[in-house]
Parts: sequence; structure tokens; C-alpha cells
Amino acid sequence: MASETKKVLFGPVLDNNPIALQILGICSALAVTSNLNTTVTMCIALTTVTAFSNFFISCIRKHIPSSIRIIVQMAIIASLVIVVDQFLKAYAYSISKQLSVFVGLIITNCIVMGRAEAYAMKNPPLPSFLDGVGNGLGYSAVLLSLGVVRELFGAGKLFGIEILPTVNEGGWYVPNGLLLLPPSAFFLIGLLIWALRAAKPEQVEKSEFSLAPQSKALAH
Amino acid sequence: MSSNDSTGKTLLVASLLCIVCSIVVSTAAVALKGDQVKNKLLDKNKNILAAAGMLEEGKSVQEIFEQRLEVKLVNLDTGEYLTEENATEDWQKAALKNPVAYDQRKAAKTPGQNEILDGGEDIASIKRQAKYATIYLAKSETGDVETIILPVHGYGLWSTLYGFLALKTDATTVVGLGFYEHGETPGLGGEVDNPKWKSMWPGKQVFDEQGNVDIRLIKGSVDPSSPKAPHQVDGLAGATLTSNGVTNLIQFWLGENGFGPYLAKVKEQGV
Repeated sequence: MASETKKVLFGPVLDNNPIALQILGICSALAVTSNLNTTVTMCIALTTVTAFSNFFISCIRKHIPSSIRIIVQMAIIASLVIVVDQFLKAYAYSISKQLSVFVGLIITNCIVMGRAEAYAMKNPPLPSFLDGVGNGLGYSAVLLSLGVVRELFGAGKLFGIEILPTVNEGGWYVPNGLLLLPPSAFFLIGLLIWALRAAKPEQVEKSEFSLAPQSKALAH
Repeated sequence: MSSNDSTGKTLLVASLLCIVCSIVVSTAAVALKGDQVKNKLLDKNKNILAAAGMLEEGKSVQEIFEQRLEVKLVNLDTGEYLTEENATEDWQKAALKNPVAYDQRKAAKTPGQNEILDGGEDIASIKRQAKYATIYLAKSETGDVETIILPVHGYGLWSTLYGFLALKTDATTVVGLGFYEHGETPGLGGEVDNPKWKSMWPGKQVFDEQGNVDIRLIKGSVDPSSPKAPHQVDGLAGATLTSNGVTNLIQFWLGENGFGPYLAKVKEQGV
């Protein structure tokens, strides 16, 4: 049982990462990782929402009519997201202002919905909760590594504290402005997936088709 | 399991879920409202100070606000301050007693305290405005008024932008501009919050020599050698409509229907 729990909780970090393997939740990974403060807040918010939505959905899974199950899941997820958003507005106002629409967009984050549908609908509440935490951790691991690279090399800072003194402020480091723009996160995620799949070749997807050898047109 | 899919059960689950979710959401919203309002006010005050360049490390916003700012109400038609003598109605007297509590946004919607703008006058697309506006006078350490901070608002692309414009006591030179509430696209129109863009405002001249409003956002960058340069600010890249909105709202609030009469008085008689 202990190893099962461990697998549910930490499996999604490296072996079955929601972003790197399942390629879910990319959009918020691009949007909120330009500095670490927002990244960390987003990670906590998403982990909380995934864990609790899994928990509640799993609690009522035997009573959800299959015809409206997606709407039921959405309603639960949306309520949780609104509650999280209200908490942020009350206790972390400036961060909630920076995150603006992205907290609301957790509702449409595929990871939350995907885990609810794939795991919570079939498993008891506690493992579902842990699965939510685990996937939140997997998401957080990728986001935090993106956030560190982007803020450190894009602005010379970590958590807003200067690490590499930039040229603008009299130092020596010429920051790479591209890293602060959303596309850079795409490149970084690509590199990350490459590295991960090089280390763990079993994650490489099978090709869905192979090119037929070049054939000559038949002469008539 | 099949009984789960009966119409009765489906309706029951759906309605129970709705009730539970709405209770949870509204409880959270109501319980946390106090803190949220406090945060919003603090953020607004911080923006007032930021527009005037008065934020200091190590001092709380509230402290600076109380020590250095004086809150006044201005009659937008005549440009006069609301004083003991000209406060006739109850709400005016109440506002005079506690000017911080006067809510200009609420007044703009209250009949008797507002004015409806015609299409032609209403370049900032705000439809109705309050007769009295809250302004903030920032004082130096010695007690002289240094900066006049005016609230401005107007429509951008998606939303009304609310902000503050700070002017020197010559009523022409900009000290700073900042918006504290808007819903423009992050990364495009949302760049009105970009410190680099905001840093272009200080030193700009909002009136020409004849006293007409002359300030606008232009497409591209301002040519610093042009004689018009003090009256122009770089537009926001990729956000033409937000840029136009900012131009319109600044021109509106400095013009005849906005703070024009008040600023003309300041120029003649001082603050």
C-alpha cells in the first residue's frame, strides 16, 4: 500500500508528468512563469484545486449520472477555483492582480479535468486526493524549473531579488529579453521533454505512421 | 448503477450540486469581502502615491498618505473647492466632513450628484460623471503644496480604466500617471501598467501656450527633436484602441467638462 501511495503521489513528477508526458496545461505554463512569485502562487492554487476537485468528485462518483458527469465535474472545479480566487484577492492582492485571468483559467486547465475524468471517477476519495496532489506536484516541478530559468536569465533575478546584476542597473549581465516573453517557455518545455525522454526512453511515443518509401510514378 | 441515469436522479444530482456549490461560493465571497475591500483601498492609495512619485521604502502607504496628502472635493463646473460656505445639500456637508469617504464612482450614478454627458462631449465614453471630484494635494515636508493628483477614468478597448494623473502646481507639467484598475488585454493594452511606459510621462506638458489641452499618444515612438515632443507620448504597441482610450480620457479630464475650470483657476490664483 505504501508503495502504491508513493506511486500515486510521486509518479506524476517524473514518470507520468502531466506537462512533459501528457502535454496538458501548457497554456498556463507559458503565461505565469516569467517570474517566480506568480509561478509559486499558481502552483499552489492549481495543486489545491486538483486535489480537492478529485476528492469531492470521487466522494460522489457513485451518484453522478454519466449523462451530466462533465458538467458536474466542471461545476465542482469552477466553485473551487472561485473560492481560491477570492482567497488570493483577500490575502495576496498584488499577486492576484498579476495573475489576473489565469487563476480563473484554472477551470479550463486540462490537468484538473483530465484527472477528474481519468482517476477520480474510478477511485476512492483518498487515493484521488493524493493523485491530485501528485499531479499538482508534477505541474509545479515543470513550472518552477521554467520559472527559475526564465526569471534568472531573463531578468537576472530570483523571487525579485537580484542574482545577476544587469547592465541596466550598472552590472555586467545582459538579460535575454526573449525569456520574458511567452514563446520562450515553449522552447524550454521542448528542451525539457527532449531531456526527459532521452533519460527515460520508455516515454517516447510510438510513431503513429511511417512514411512509405518514395515510389516512382508509373508511366502510362 | 443504471438508476443513476434516470431523469429524476439526474435532476436531483444537478440541483443538489448547484445548491451546495452556490452556498460554498457565496460564503467565501461574503466572508472575505472585508479584507478584499481593504486591499483594494490600500492598492488605490498606493497608486495615488505612485503617480505622484511619493512612495518611500520602509514607510507604510497609510503613513505617507496621512502625513502628506490633503483630500479635497472640487466642483467640476466652476472649478471651486467644496467649502463650508458653498456646501448646501446634506450629501455635500457629509462629504465635506469626511472627504475620504466620498465615493466619486457612486456619485456618478446618483441622480442629483451627477451629470449626464452628451455624445459629443463624452470623448472618454463614461456617459455620466459626478459633479464633484475628489482630488489629492501632496505637500512637501515644509507644508507647501507640490503636486496635484487628479483621478481620471475612461473607456479603453474592453474596460473602463481608472487611474491618477499627477501634475505640478503650474497645472501643466506631468509628475506621473498610473492606472489602478482596468481589464485590458495582458501584454498588449495591459502594458499601461508597464513601468517603462509610465516613466515616459513625467515632464510632459499637457497644455499648449494658449492654454488648450495638448497631449496625445502617438503611433510609434516620439521623435525627441520634434517641437511637439513634450506633448506626445509613445503609443502602446499592438494596442491602438487602448492608446486612443488613454488619449481620450486624459483630454476629457483636462478639458472643459473635466478639471479644465479647476486647473485654469490654479494657474491664475495658485492652489
